[in-house]
Amino acid sequence: MEFSLKNEQQQLLSKMATNDGHGENSPYFDGWKAYDSDPYHPTRNPNGVIQMGLAENQLCFDLIEEWVLNNPEASICTAEGANKFMEVAIYQDYHGLPEFRNAVARFMEKVRGDRVKFDPNRIVMSGGATGAHETLAFCLADPEDAFLVPTPYYPGFDRDLRWRTGMQLLPIVCRSSNDFKVTKESMEAAYQKAQEANIRVKGFLLNNPSNPLGTVLDRETLIDIVTFINDKNIHLICDEIYSATVFSQPEFISISEIIEHDVQCNRDLIHLVYSLSKDLGFPGFRVGILYSYNDAVVSCARKMSSFGLVSTQTQHLIASMLSDEAFMDKIISTSSERLAARHGLFTRGLAQVGIGTLKSSAGLYFWMDLRRLLRESTFEAEMELWRIIIHEVKLNVSPGLSFHCSEPGWFRVCFANMDDESVRVALRRIHKFVLVQGKATEPTTPKSRCGSSKLQLSLSFRRLDERVMGSHMMSPHSPMASPLVRAT
Amino acid sequence: MGVEFEQQPSVELSKVAVSDTHGEDSPYFAGWKAYDEDPYDESRNPSGVIQMGLAENQVSFDLLEEYLEKHSEAASFGNKISSFRENALFQDYHGLQSFRKAMASFMEQIRGGRAKFDPDRVVITAGATAANELVTFILANPGDALLVPTPYYPGFDRDLRWRTGVNIVPVHCDSSNNFQITIQALEAAYADAVSKNIKVRGVLITNPSNPLGATIQRSVLEDILDFVISKNIHLVSDEIYSGSAFFSGEFVSIAEVLEARNYQDSERVHIVYSLSKDLGLPGFRVGTIYSYNDKVVTTARRMSSFTLISSQTQQLLASMLSDKDFTEKYIRINRERLKNRYHMIIDGLRNRGIECLEGNAGLFCWMNLSPLLKERKKESELALWKSILYEVKLNISPGSSCHCSEPGWFRVCFANMTERTLEIALQRIHDFMEIKKENDVQQQ
Repeated sequence: MEFSLKNEQQQLLSKMATNDGHGENSPYFDGWKAYDSDPYHPTRNPNGVIQMGLAENQLCFDLIEEWVLNNPEASICTAEGANKFMEVAIYQDYHGLPEFRNAVARFMEKVRGDRVKFDPNRIVMSGGATGAHETLAFCLADPEDAFLVPTPYYPGFDRDLRWRTGMQLLPIVCRSSNDFKVTKESMEAAYQKAQEANIRVKGFLLNNPSNPLGTVLDRETLIDIVTFINDKNIHLICDEIYSATVFSQPEFISISEIIEHDVQCNRDLIHLVYSLSKDLGFPGFRVGILYSYNDAVVSCARKMSSFGLVSTQTQHLIASMLSDEAFMDKIISTSSERLAARHGLFTRGLAQVGIGTLKSSAGLYFWMDLRRLLRESTFEAEMELWRIIIHEVKLNVSPGLSFHCSEPGWFRVCFANMDDESVRVALRRIHKFVLVQGKATEPTTPKSRCGSSKLQLSLSFRRLDERVMGSHMMSPHSPMASPLVRAT
Repeated sequence: MGVEFEQQPSVELSKVAVSDTHGEDSPYFAGWKAYDEDPYDESRNPSGVIQMGLAENQVSFDLLEEYLEKHSEAASFGNKISSFRENALFQDYHGLQSFRKAMASFMEQIRGGRAKFDPDRVVITAGATAANELVTFILANPGDALLVPTPYYPGFDRDLRWRTGVNIVPVHCDSSNNFQITIQALEAAYADAVSKNIKVRGVLITNPSNPLGATIQRSVLEDILDFVISKNIHLVSDEIYSGSAFFSGEFVSIAEVLEARNYQDSERVHIVYSLSKDLGLPGFRVGTIYSYNDKVVTTARRMSSFTLISSQTQQLLASMLSDKDFTEKYIRINRERLKNRYHMIIDGLRNRGIECLEGNAGLFCWMNLSPLLKERKKESELALWKSILYEVKLNISPGSSCHCSEPGWFRVCFANMTERTLEIALQRIHDFMEIKKENDVQQQ
């Protein structure tokens, strides 16, 4: 059914509908498009693009599926659970099922080692964390107001906080020289810059554990941040969506602990965002949580939650699962172990070929340092390198530029959304690629020609391979079929 | 626990947050609170407030439960447990294709096959609440307006205006012609907006109408479509009660009108739908925007990131709604039961001397109590409403909360209770009318 779209019709839509606020023109999504058009599959498409740009947690589904099978009453569609169908299906109160709120609050406490308590009456639902962020922006800021956010940060924030709200995001620039930590100086500098530009700063947006860095903030930095926002009387939104993906030391410290034990502040300024999309691997279920210490914000956000409530069918399932405390303990610890193993496998594998990663203890990804492979230290060079990685190495990784990183050469690599075999294939590809690049930067090669020759070399290797391959019969599964095989 | 800081200046929230455009101070919601505090229960609280202010459909749950009994595996996570994983991971804002196909097909069935729906034009949202807000964000800028015929669903004040900053300019309808929308009324509303320097971006109709409980006639739909074409604006048709029309043939969807015109000028038309009323599943948050405009579909899809339907629920409904035998049976029986309920309440009210607008759809009737008003004013209507709420213990919705320009009309819901409870409600109205008659006699 095609309907011709006249040009004048475009003008009939709102400014919001026709601007770029949706953010999909960012390079962050180009990689996904490359993956979508050529997705890796071990047997059907072994040369396809491996998706390492999607922060998903697929490591514990065996345990979860077992639980679902053993707990049929958690689903209102099974014989055991159907007696709850009607009462669940008609429940549309935006407070949410009490058992759901209780279970979520309890789970959040557990993830924080029971070091703090959460009040189920402060739990507000939203359409995923995506919805929670937007709702908070609507509650806390007027159009043109700004939030400060440390770079690098999750690209989705540009859409979630700004698109329909008219808000701005101003960067607090963090650098590799101190492992991208947030400093008092950088916070002050960002705030001053806003003052000079006559922009009203309403809040500070923090992601802890950090996406894309995978690091957890230390106690001192958290105290500095809380002190900063308290002094400036601005809000603090703390997105703790990766709180249960911590797999090693240092441990995660929640903002809720800081305001409880470490520093006094005006609690009306403190708001948490959470979701089950990352910790448990349920992005499809759209379970977003907004938790505020400010009564007026809870009240307003709850009214706004009408625009993005969690399906009661899902609330019922989640309430059932999360209140099985023994099971949740097992999930948290097993997930942690498996993430640690994956993370170690990749980072050690990369270290073997001289690729460094930022030391991290959380998240479903790591922050990879490819600065020495850049033709020059520019974002153009980063984009060139990234396009090679996507189209030739066939890995969708996310370039630092899309995370507003101030320094070129960093890439976020996701590792929890694939099986073990894909991990091995990905590592093999990276090894080969780096070795090829490595050859091009031998000390004997003059630096000025080093840049262009790197790219040319990798391309000419490919042409050579194609000639070679043409005259041989090769199995499509043979490693020799890859254009990048140029090992010694 | 931290120390309280009494002297801190209170931190400002946004203008949106402190406004009362969320609408919860309306009597529409005040009645709900009275019900919440003193809810009727046949055995535990027989003198409590009977909820007749909530348009819910509880008459056909047995059919849904029967379906689940026979198809529980298909309904929960597909046919294999390993698809739990696939389902839990599915976050694509296009929505499950099987769900969109099932939804499109269900919408066709409701319209007796008189209109076709393309699954690729179905955009998913968490309820019609989200769909209406989303479509407003796309069609209008802050300060612009949508024309909405009165009386209208009180929730529109929040859904269309609160966070969008868009205005509603009412298109006044009255009982002289059974509250039908006329071209004169549309023109008058449009002129009113122009005189206030407000840019009109579209007309939003609800068909079948809430609170009238009646379908919009085909000729009126044609007029409305011609009107929006002449003004070069949009038309949003909220067809959330389409499956609750008592007779399939009496509901004409804007989709049918477009099809008859060969889809000319269709890029300005958008349909909102949801399963909250027809299937009685408000908790599941299943809404959709169906647009004939490619750009609107693309943009709405992107915006739906803020309000997607749980993939678990998409899976259940994909299974249920693609079972054509089931949906055909459900639609038919549901219509029948709603029709019977409607007649029960209409006849019951008429026997007590109360007339209603002639309706043919929905989960409520539009009751005329204007003869009981002291004065033909909103204040009298609200006074009457309060006495019905606190003395008769019935929560019904006053027409003024629906922006009706004529005082004395009330929306009364009848599908969210058992027949027994409805009988008790009618008995209470009977007693109330008897007392009123006595008082009137005494005063003479």
